[in-house]
Amino acid sequence: MSVSTQRCDGTPIIRAEQLAVRYHRRTVLDVDHFDLCDGETHVVLGPSGSGKSTLLRILGLLERPASGRILLDGEEVEAGDKKARMMMAAVFQNPYLFKGTVEENVAYGLALRRVSKAERAERVARALDRVGLGGIERSSALRLSGGEAQRVALARALVLEPRILLLDEPLSYLDPLIKRRLVADFSEILSAEGVTALYVTHDQDEAMVVADRVSIMHEGRVVRTGGVDEVMSLPTDAWVADFIGMDAALRGTITGSEEGIAEIAIGGELVYAATPLPPGIEVLVGIRPEDVMLFEASHELPASSARNHLLMRVEAIERRGSTDRISLASSGLRLAAAVSRAAVRELGLEAGSTVAALFKATSVRVQAAASVPGGV
Amino acid sequence: MDIIFNAVEEAVRLLAAGEVGVWGIIALSLRVSGISILIAMGIGIPLGYLIGSRRFVGRRFVQVVVNTGMGLPPVVAGLVVYMFLSRSGPVAEVWVNLANALSPGGAPHPEPRMLFTVGAMLVAQVLISTPLVTGVTAAAIGSVPIELRLQARSLGASAWQEAVLTVKEARRGVMAAVVAGFGGIISEVGAVMIVGGNIEGSTRVMTTAIVLETRKGNYGLALALGFILIGIAFVINNGLTWLQQSGSRYER
Repeated sequence: MSVSTQRCDGTPIIRAEQLAVRYHRRTVLDVDHFDLCDGETHVVLGPSGSGKSTLLRILGLLERPASGRILLDGEEVEAGDKKARMMMAAVFQNPYLFKGTVEENVAYGLALRRVSKAERAERVARALDRVGLGGIERSSALRLSGGEAQRVALARALVLEPRILLLDEPLSYLDPLIKRRLVADFSEILSAEGVTALYVTHDQDEAMVVADRVSIMHEGRVVRTGGVDEVMSLPTDAWVADFIGMDAALRGTITGSEEGIAEIAIGGELVYAATPLPPGIEVLVGIRPEDVMLFEASHELPASSARNHLLMRVEAIERRGSTDRISLASSGLRLAAAVSRAAVRELGLEAGSTVAALFKATSVRVQAAASVPGGV
Repeated sequence: MDIIFNAVEEAVRLLAAGEVGVWGIIALSLRVSGISILIAMGIGIPLGYLIGSRRFVGRRFVQVVVNTGMGLPPVVAGLVVYMFLSRSGPVAEVWVNLANALSPGGAPHPEPRMLFTVGAMLVAQVLISTPLVTGVTAAAIGSVPIELRLQARSLGASAWQEAVLTVKEARRGVMAAVVAGFGGIISEVGAVMIVGGNIEGSTRVMTTAIVLETRKGNYGLALALGFILIGIAFVINNGLTWLQQSGSRYER
């Protein structure tokens, strides 16, 4: 399994080419290429209306595209191909449990596959155990809490032991506390099962927990695909950068390298990054805001393992949930820091003030510029 | 006041005595409307499913026809069926031509008698109840979220299995459709009077008998049949309520 490149190493389970979907003559999906690799959890991330759920329904053979083709294990398949669809199972945003008991719900797909009653009961019990709901077989499916219902929906899909699991915003209806717990559980279950999963969400935190690879969608197109670290730390265009809350990736050149730490010249500054890339090549560099620590510029800096110390000017302060986002600039280098509100007050940060920004060489993501198609 | 007391007394006596004529009328009513509703379900539930769940060319037209049919006065349905089935109507003409063509040279076939038969009443009742079953079923199916059907499909359901699940999900509405259809025809008098002719022992049903006996001043017999009609309505409604409540353990 390859999780850091644009395409899979071997034959992808699903490969889609030149997909287009139009509703009322409006193009809602226009994807040149999409691979789902064997064993990966591939998150399709994007704002609402970006076409990610449509992509899931097309790849899940639940809907027919206007044009394009889908290959399953290298063979072309059509929407509605029953044999191909039997390899997949889906969990949607709303759990859509059927009237009846939890057991009847989880056993639904098994009954369709003519699995014997005895085996059904055994597999249902096992699936419910796996999602942490053992023993509720006889309860009404429609009287469960939101979190329980979504776990049952996951069990209903997992019990089929699908090769491909399709998850369409499975947690977005839940309140934050339950969601946090379930994200962790889902992530654990997905990796333990070794199932290949296509996971659609608009939530970046969720994506970063569950994903091996991420594709970002915008206005019906896949604008970025790659390993989760690379995609979430190295935005290659202004839109992606804005979407993931970073500044666009910086462009620099490796000027030296020692013990796995490269010295990268960006504008008039030098940044140190842990990367095996050799000197002389042009790279894209990304630093996630939560990895940047700020200190008062005039004070002595604390002893720290952070290799990078830069004096930077505060350009803007933007309120974002629990933290503030501080836009920083120095000669030719721009980055952002996520800082608690208390720290903003303590440091007396305001537009125009100067601060010391610290970040570790290991938190700097670096990629050869030539390897990113349509880079900055 | 006496007229009422006497009628009630007479009605109870007739029913208790098990008068063959009274029970024969009741049995015929139930048989005709029972068979009609089964046929209407056979047409109306699949058609209602299609209208409620699919987009197809001509869907709106079918919807308009069904909605119009739901509001069709039964007496008009009776009139239409009467004209079609009468000896000079199109059905008889086709029938005779076909029969003559199949045995040329023989004696000319007489026109069949289709009016004033149980068959004619069935046709009229199916015509009245099918739009009701179709329309109410379509509304019930339409209220099942499309994502639920997508969910079933994503777990491997075929089109048929998806339809079965959807009808099950909408079963309260579908049951209401059947009850509405049955209620519409068991209590209907105009159409069966026109096409059945209210012939004693052959096409006389409860509603036509009530009309006749009331005219003749036999209030006791009319009321006895009225009791049974009310009783049927009571049993059906209670049965439906019971069914709904027994299912509600698993409902939202």
